Amino acid sequence: MSIKHLEEYRDPELARRLIDRIQSISSKSVGTKSVRLMEVCGTHTVSIFRSGIRSVLPDGISLVSGPGCPVCVTDQSDIDAFIAISRMDHVIVATFGDLIRVPGTDSSLQSERAGGRDIRVVYSALDALNIAKQHPDKRVVFLGVGFETTAPTIAASILTANFAGLTNYLVYSAHKTVPPALEVLVNAPDVHIDGLILPGHVSVILGSNAYMFLKTVHRKPCVIAGFEPVDILHAVSSLLSQIHAGKPELDNAYPRAVTPEGNPKAISVMDAVFEPVDAAWRGLGTIPRGGLKIREAYARFDAAIQFDIQVPEPVIPNGCACGDILKGIKIPPECALYKKRCTPVDPVGPCMVSSEGTCAAYYRYVSNL
Amino acid sequence: MKKNDKILLDHGSGGKISHAMIEEMMLPVFDNPILAQLNDGAEIKVGDERLAFSTDSYVVDPIFFPGGNIGDLAVNGTVNDLAMSGAVPMFLSVGLIIEEGFPAADLNVILCQMGLAAKKAVVLVVTGDTKVVPRGAADKIFINTSGIGRIPDGVQISGHRARPGDKILLSGTLADHGIAILTSREGMRFDSPVISDTAALNHLVQRMLAVDRDIHVLRDPTRGGLGTTLNEIAGQSKVGIHIAEERIPIKPDVAALCELLGFDPLYIANEGKLIAVISPDHADAVLAVLRADPLGKDACIIGEVVQTPAGRVILQTRIGGTRIVDMLTGEQLPRIC
Ligand code: SF4
Repeated sequence: MSIKHLEEYRDPELARRLIDRIQSISSKSVGTKSVRLMEVCGTHTVSIFRSGIRSVLPDGISLVSGPGCPVCVTDQSDIDAFIAISRMDHVIVATFGDLIRVPGTDSSLQSERAGGRDIRVVYSALDALNIAKQHPDKRVVFLGVGFETTAPTIAASILTANFAGLTNYLVYSAHKTVPPALEVLVNAPDVHIDGLILPGHVSVILGSNAYMFLKTVHRKPCVIAGFEPVDILHAVSSLLSQIHAGKPELDNAYPRAVTPEGNPKAISVMDAVFEPVDAAWRGLGTIPRGGLKIREAYARFDAAIQFDIQVPEPVIPNGCACGDILKGIKIPPECALYKKRCTPVDPVGPCMVSSEGTCAAYYRYVSNL
Repeated sequence: MKKNDKILLDHGSGGKISHAMIEEMMLPVFDNPILAQLNDGAEIKVGDERLAFSTDSYVVDPIFFPGGNIGDLAVNGTVNDLAMSGAVPMFLSVGLIIEEGFPAADLNVILCQMGLAAKKAVVLVVTGDTKVVPRGAADKIFINTSGIGRIPDGVQISGHRARPGDKILLSGTLADHGIAILTSREGMRFDSPVISDTAALNHLVQRMLAVDRDIHVLRDPTRGGLGTTLNEIAGQSKVGIHIAEERIPIKPDVAALCELLGFDPLYIANEGKLIAVISPDHADAVLAVLRADPLGKDACIIGEVVQTPAGRVILQTRIGGTRIVDMLTGEQLPRIC
């Protein structure tokens, strides 16, 4: 993406016009019920908070954050498995930084690292692959969390390791897939959402067609949006128009990156290595085909198979409302622990740890509510 | 801290957790009013002289990066800590902790750069110490520098002196150092890499003082970045601070990299930038001085001090929204200095 490109989507003038449009649509419908829009993706959540979008929206329109923070939806039992792996001998754990601080049942990767375990923060699975090459005497385990955005590169790392005959590289796959989770969310009786802002990055891979069921089966207004403030304002305006016209659409407002079919190459790499599996999501429970597991052909790279991982009975921290927050049922200030027992310095739940977590975003960007 | 807690990388991040550790574990032990000020350099009185005294350790990884190395960083860093109290830096000490097996040629380059940096800043390295530790007991080389400078008469710079109405000046573009380190550490190759802004700011500060003896606050937003530094000032002075996103200078490639890597430039370290809190009558004159200097050519007035909410930093975003800017919590970039 060129830099000028970015600037254009931050243009204050353009933003002003969109805000005016949002205001005019919403004022036309005075007296109607308030509107709840969910941004599914954690990157959207952060962008919304950072640009102060909530503060410019008219009363009656609320943006609620959804289950799109990969670290947040990682189940407690998976977090405990990461910790168990890090305690094994002759193992180097390679992980994205956000996971380091997530409290497990009886420890965190951060505490294990301070206790002498070899845990390294990497920016991609390929970095982990390089560590494996440099340390042939150790087994290097990459902790695979994330959605369809990260899964293809991690699949590629396994293919590369396979091709190179690297025997000391493993992946623990806790990958999740977005469309099945959206299906669960829109079907949930306790979740009330009038429209969805769909994740940009995931859609680049999957293509807009992957969400067609939201329009045809569930009649939910949807917009696929980019991450700049102007993109998000545009998405809000599109959703309001759809809602007030009573005509749900699947609006691709990110055509500069998202096509109907997505990225077939990335999809085929992902399909070659992973297969869908029923997966436990924090807050949402077990979602049919909501995760990705490594196919049997690549079982020798699968840490879940190659290691005997013993985890304690998972204990969700008492009072942590992450589950409801991930479904948009609660907002962080409604959690009794928020800003009291739970802060980014001493987090109780993952939503306060991850930079994309809703609780962390509230804590950082919203003044005392 | 609880009994079984361990020291985590977070404790060295310069953000909230570091502050909590200083307050909980250090202030009570070393209990004295000079330390309790928590300014970048301590102000001490010897006879009639007011001296600034400061120390800092450098553990940057990698030790060589675009725009500098651990050596000039260590000199500039302590010179700047002194300069932020308005002092004219005079003498430095240098402590080296070197890992066994470290290439002598690399040490030579580092020392030469330190010499050059000291010359540029017009400070003398007057004492030093070298320790070599077994392989693995340190990572390549760590450097500590301490420094002493003289505070000119009439200069009263302190984090406690921000007053409602004061203007906030920033001397140039944000996040250059942190992003230079991160991209070189991650082996990202670019045609024109991001260059660290490491530089000594002492001469610039004296030029600013020449037009405004009564600068209220000076800070260099190193670890923790602009966001954390402004929070420190708001907390110490018990005032609010309003800044406008649009006015904060940042190089387009640095902005794009921050975007790509998911970092907020407000929290990324700078090593050659300063923030000045100046009374409104003098702000334009100081800004002119800054802009006339190569180290301050991109300087801007980025906001102002307000009465309420005390202790809070509020940012007006480009689209006209508002949000708070909190202190950095948790390690964002370890070992950037
Ligand atoms: S504030 Fe903390 S405890 Fe409460 S839901 Fe968020 S992460 Fe969980």
